Amino acid sequence: MRYSGFRVIKEALTGHRGWGPAWRDAAPKPHYDYVIIGGGGHGLATAYYLAKEFRQSSIAVIEKGWIGGGNVGRNTTIIRSNYLLDGNEPFYEFSLQLWEGLEQELNYNAMVSQRGILNLIHSDGQRDAFIRRGNAMILNGADAELLTTEQIVARYPFLNVNNARFPIKGGLAQHRGGTVRHDAVAWGYARGADQHGVDIIQNCEVTGFQIKDGVCTGVETTRGFIGAKKVASCVAGSSSRVMGMAGMRLPIESHVLQAFVSEGLKPLLPGVITFGAGHFYCSQSDKGGLVFGGDIDGYNSYAQRGNLPVVEDVCEGGMAIFPNLGRARLLRMWGGVMDMSMDGSPIIDRTHIDGLYFNGGWCYGGFKATPASGFAYAHLLATDTPHKTATAYRLDRFAKGGMIDEKGVGNQPNLH
Amino acid sequence: MIINHPILGPRDAAEFVYKGDASLINRPDPQSDNAAERFYEYGYLRDNPAGLHRELWFHEQGDRSWLVVTRDTTTHEITKVELARDVARAEGRSR
Amino acid sequence: MTGKNRLNGGLIDRSTSFGFTFDGVRYSGCAGDTLASALLANGVRLMGRSFKYHRPRGPMTSGSEEPNAIVELRSGARKEPNTRATTAELFDGLVANSQNRWPSLKWDAMAINDLFSPFLTAGFYYKTFMWPKAFWEKLYEPIIRRAAGLGSLGHDPDPDSYDKGFLHCDLLIIGAGPAGLAAALTAGESGARVILADEDFVLGGRLIADTGMLADEDGAAWAAETVARLNSMPNVRVMSRSTVIGAFDHGIYGMVERVSDHLPEPAPGKPRQILWRVYSKRAILAGGATERPIVFENNDRPGIMLASAMRAYANRWAVSTGSAVAVFTNNDDGHRTAADLVSKGVKTTVIDTRPDAPDTADYETLAGASVTNTQGRLGLTAIEVTLSSGTTRSLTIDGLGVSGGWNPNVHLTCHQRGRPQWDEKLAAFIPGGTLPSGLSVAGAASGAFSTHAALQTGQAAAVQALGDLGVKSSTPDLPTAEDAPIRVTPFWHVAGAKRAWVDQQNDVTAKDIKLAHQENFRSVEHLKRYTTLGMATDQGKTSNIAGLAIMADVAGKQIPEVGTTIFRPPYTPVAMGVLAGRSRDKTFRPVRKTPSHYWAEEQGAVFVEVGMWMRAQWFPQPGETHWRQSVDREVLQTRKSVGVCDCTTLGKIDVQGTDAAEFLNKVYANGFAKLPVGKTRYGLMLREDGIAMDDGTAARLADDHFVVTTTTANAVPVYRHMEFVRQCLFPDMDVQLISTTEAWAQYAVAGPNSRKLLQKIVDPEFDISNDGFPFMACGEITVCGGLRARLFRISFSGELAFEIAVPTRYGDALMRRLMEEGKEFDVVPYGLEALGVMRIEKGHAAGNELNGTTTANNLGMGRMVSKAKDSIGSKLSERPGLNEADALKLVGLKPVNSDDKVVAGAHLMTKGTPVDAAHDQGYITSACFSPNLGCHIGLGYLKSGDTRIGEIVRLVSPLTGVDHEVEVVSAHFVDPEGERLRA
Repeated sequence: MRYSGFRVIKEALTGHRGWGPAWRDAAPKPHYDYVIIGGGGHGLATAYYLAKEFRQSSIAVIEKGWIGGGNVGRNTTIIRSNYLLDGNEPFYEFSLQLWEGLEQELNYNAMVSQRGILNLIHSDGQRDAFIRRGNAMILNGADAELLTTEQIVARYPFLNVNNARFPIKGGLAQHRGGTVRHDAVAWGYARGADQHGVDIIQNCEVTGFQIKDGVCTGVETTRGFIGAKKVASCVAGSSSRVMGMAGMRLPIESHVLQAFVSEGLKPLLPGVITFGAGHFYCSQSDKGGLVFGGDIDGYNSYAQRGNLPVVEDVCEGGMAIFPNLGRARLLRMWGGVMDMSMDGSPIIDRTHIDGLYFNGGWCYGGFKATPASGFAYAHLLATDTPHKTATAYRLDRFAKGGMIDEKGVGNQPNLH
Repeated sequence: MIINHPILGPRDAAEFVYKGDASLINRPDPQSDNAAERFYEYGYLRDNPAGLHRELWFHEQGDRSWLVVTRDTTTHEITKVELARDVARAEGRSR
Repeated sequence: MTGKNRLNGGLIDRSTSFGFTFDGVRYSGCAGDTLASALLANGVRLMGRSFKYHRPRGPMTSGSEEPNAIVELRSGARKEPNTRATTAELFDGLVANSQNRWPSLKWDAMAINDLFSPFLTAGFYYKTFMWPKAFWEKLYEPIIRRAAGLGSLGHDPDPDSYDKGFLHCDLLIIGAGPAGLAAALTAGESGARVILADEDFVLGGRLIADTGMLADEDGAAWAAETVARLNSMPNVRVMSRSTVIGAFDHGIYGMVERVSDHLPEPAPGKPRQILWRVYSKRAILAGGATERPIVFENNDRPGIMLASAMRAYANRWAVSTGSAVAVFTNNDDGHRTAADLVSKGVKTTVIDTRPDAPDTADYETLAGASVTNTQGRLGLTAIEVTLSSGTTRSLTIDGLGVSGGWNPNVHLTCHQRGRPQWDEKLAAFIPGGTLPSGLSVAGAASGAFSTHAALQTGQAAAVQALGDLGVKSSTPDLPTAEDAPIRVTPFWHVAGAKRAWVDQQNDVTAKDIKLAHQENFRSVEHLKRYTTLGMATDQGKTSNIAGLAIMADVAGKQIPEVGTTIFRPPYTPVAMGVLAGRSRDKTFRPVRKTPSHYWAEEQGAVFVEVGMWMRAQWFPQPGETHWRQSVDREVLQTRKSVGVCDCTTLGKIDVQGTDAAEFLNKVYANGFAKLPVGKTRYGLMLREDGIAMDDGTAARLADDHFVVTTTTANAVPVYRHMEFVRQCLFPDMDVQLISTTEAWAQYAVAGPNSRKLLQKIVDPEFDISNDGFPFMACGEITVCGGLRARLFRISFSGELAFEIAVPTRYGDALMRRLMEEGKEFDVVPYGLEALGVMRIEKGHAAGNELNGTTTANNLGMGRMVSKAKDSIGSKLSERPGLNEADALKLVGLKPVNSDDKVVAGAHLMTKGTPVDAAHDQGYITSACFSPNLGCHIGLGYLKSGDTRIGEIVRLVSPLTGVDHEVEVVSAHFVDPEGERLRA
């Protein structure tokens, strides 16, 4: 069923009886060409592009809980392509371009809002680094602008410029960055994939792989064995658990990242703002809540919840730049499990087991990558060659010394 | 979180800095035949268990001991805390 | 007179009258009132508008679970949007305004949304606003954003201060109702350290809202006496206005104490609120229960509220919520409300969904009936009741209490992802799954709803908790109390309703839930996210279970089959200010000052933040109007004569022990075993992954004693790393480390006259001539007549230079002495900028070059990585990706046209190739104007740079609009042979 304003009016006048399920709940079949493990944003996007762009059929997405229940529904909804390194920037720029046409592509309003993202600059060294980054963005075809403090204050008049511990000395803006209604991304891809014949199977947890002579031929699940020509893992924070069942150890640690939302407020923040010196970033949702976050808690965790010190640290950062926030209230906090990789960059690759593919290591940046990750993974699955923007995301790059380390902190996942 | 330091007793985890899996104690022998591969595995591959995890914490705002903490990554419950140096010796890192 | 609806009795202080305004209208209330109770007493029911449809709303509750009566409290910089009128304590001069309405609360233009409600169903926005594409950001979204949101936040800085504190106890008791008080009494009498916390400003929980007796006194009196008794115990800390917001790991709870929110403004020196981190050995949740509504047609009008709230307004605040009222209930507790209201003289009718409803002569009971519609635009005027016979009856009333049963307040039990369990008998979720460690639950929060059961379970929980801690409890006698059985017949919603609200704040109706089901958003998580059920400022405290029940009904399932909903911290919304505490403005982070800081301040130095440090950036002299003048002068004068720079911020690590040299051989890529005593060596430290981590020097003061320096930024991480290597990798090396960064004040004394200057202060028995103290020498000396000092002949500037260190407390004096003695050489102090210029002129790498992605090979120091020994990082530095033929190499760059600038962050392109990422050849890391060369210069990484000296390349910075030619040169712009530093 096509969604449109006309359809909304028609349904409203006829009691909304015509709306069907946004996607079917499929029961598992004995065999598929492709089984994608993980009904999050990336898994659903992979299925969608595999069916639509690469004309594949016989695809299932299996999800242990409910689709969209992982990080795609737990993030701070930011999209951007302000990366520094050549291994990353083309990929994230490709992703941003896919975001720009996503709603029309999916016929689903995911509220892609290019409100702009701004990284504040506090020192000369930081400015040098941001100029290098901004130039790298432009050289890769993305947009970037260096803003003066005055330009920033014009947009954020309540910014603390006069009494700050770390004075604001400008900022690097990407105007095409912004926010997206995160849950709607999962639902939109699910609906799109469903319309292209993909089976979405909820409450179906993988319990093992069938691997014979180095070839993966299917997965054992809580709903029985499902055979597949190609099995594609796409489970973010659970990557080590799932791939562990195939005997693999990964260059990944799982860490908890907390996120926060305030009570609803009338429009305050026009765009996304990032205060690196204080571990704080914030935007305002269409509903009016300030959505914000900071650093990961810093210890391995699968608990989907964090602790108070980081909550305080994040709010300190917020108050440092926006001293009017003191009288806004934090409404809700939650945690997501991040697949923190050893260089802070993701992996989209085949494994040493034929027919078994891996997508993971997104750290806390997976949401913005959703469309490109799905597209590139679908490309890899369909053609067995990496997508041109994802050629660096290889599993063997650590052994070979080809790390893509944006932050320059090395093999220490909790620092990325 | 509270870490029960073997020398100093219970201390808030905020006093500590986290490093990662305690397997980082087992630095490979650089003279071994497959040293390159072993260093790669040592440097980059992790068990990353959902459950008991032995991990390194540094008491930076304290006595500067490195500790090996055994903690459940699904509940955060801590069941054992040892001095990393004792662990290193027990694992044969003495000369 | 404090309001036309004021009854007799209550826990308010009628002798203290407070004036206040709501939407500009003046009213008066009493001490002990909340804003909601005072407004209700004055006959004001309309207090807000809903989020989506802008429906008129009044208070639904009398507590922190309130979804409707939320206002902008106070004004100016103290304005607090979204404040619950039901918990805001009244004070004299309080100012409140309604929010999310225009132009007024009574006539809100946005109420037009209500007319369009058929179009604005759950998730309608996902299906439209997609065409034309550009209209989303330009048209649709701005309209939606303006309409959305609730209250508005001001732009002024929050004028109040906030504190943080730490509390430790054996037993934290959360909630001071009958269960909490019984637990506190038991634990207090047993001698345990107890904290009793309650969010309310009067303690007692339901005891102060109900009329039941405890033994022979009324509940409120018993509560007050018990609180007084607890307050007299030195081991018990009773904290009112204190909300436990979250249960964190290992018995740590977050608690917010509202110290001053009941005052016009905080008393001088007092914070507005305090965030307490409570470290408890055991905790008892005695947080009570929340009544839940029944969902029926037009159930959201002002005047319709929870029955228990009606009862609380009448009993505690002596406020009548209607002249003629009805209670709509499915359980016996609704009748308790009716009885209380009747006893206060309020005409009351009970509509009980149960055919076997209890009957009484005190009021009329309509058994087996339900409310099927209501009337009244801005407040309830009448209801329509469908009787058991099927006929309808209209009641003209202005107050309707609703009781759908009670939900235990399980919130904190879910904070570590424990999942509540369904209790069939109570028709409610009770705590279940894994509770936060050390937490037990008592009283209504555990499903023990009667007062007797609350008292008994409270005491039992305390006895159990203390038993766990090895404390034997005394068990004080508890009073007798009502022990009525729970009789509830689940009844969630009146069938057939067209517009019946489940989540009143977010305007989620029963039909929205049905639509969600129809569209396959059937799991609890999908339901919440698709409809926004439970996402409002009340976090679904009164709506989640009803939503679940309706979903179960539509799906033909039992409630527990549909799922359960868990709650996340905080229990109630928390001001961001209190979570930040004192860490704001200039005190956001601590400030570290160097030993010469005050002297530099006297000189008028301009300071700059370097991490936590404040460092002098340059020292302007009279007549200098631009920073470049000052910096150029400092550079030129240092190179010409002598300059002094405070370099205390460099990390200093003392390394001692018989294995000290072997240890340094491990942590540095280059060798230290053969470094003679009295000599210093440059050291490059790699991370284990082979990337350059830090550089610095190690000076050998004795066979078993080295002093290592690190960069300012890496002082802490390098020390941590070295301790890791020592304790974890080589546990039996005889070596000890200590950070001495703060112990020594250290100055660079640089320039051709540096030796002459130092000779004036170094005690004469120490020979610092070029022969006696050659380049890279080090030693322990005395200065100024016996003051112990360390001297290193090392140079970052490229000049003849020394670094001299004295104990920190002499740092200020040494700086003054050097300046005094240096007058004859026209000594200059130089700041961070001049330091940077001179190191770029000399081609020394610093933080911009050691950026965490560069190897020794990139830095042109590949040969320093010794193959003769094992060191951290040596093995992984051999990986092919770090040793590619066209690897980036550090080079110098000089503009072809000497007027052009070199821009740090610019990229380098080969001449004649397209300017794009595919042709990127490298980037500029550091740049400055060199007063010695008379032009801008820079350092940068260039592919195969070492083989391209002399090549002209393009420097491009599209971000800053720069594109010109630069020449690749050696990074050593000044004195490439190093003659000066050996002079």
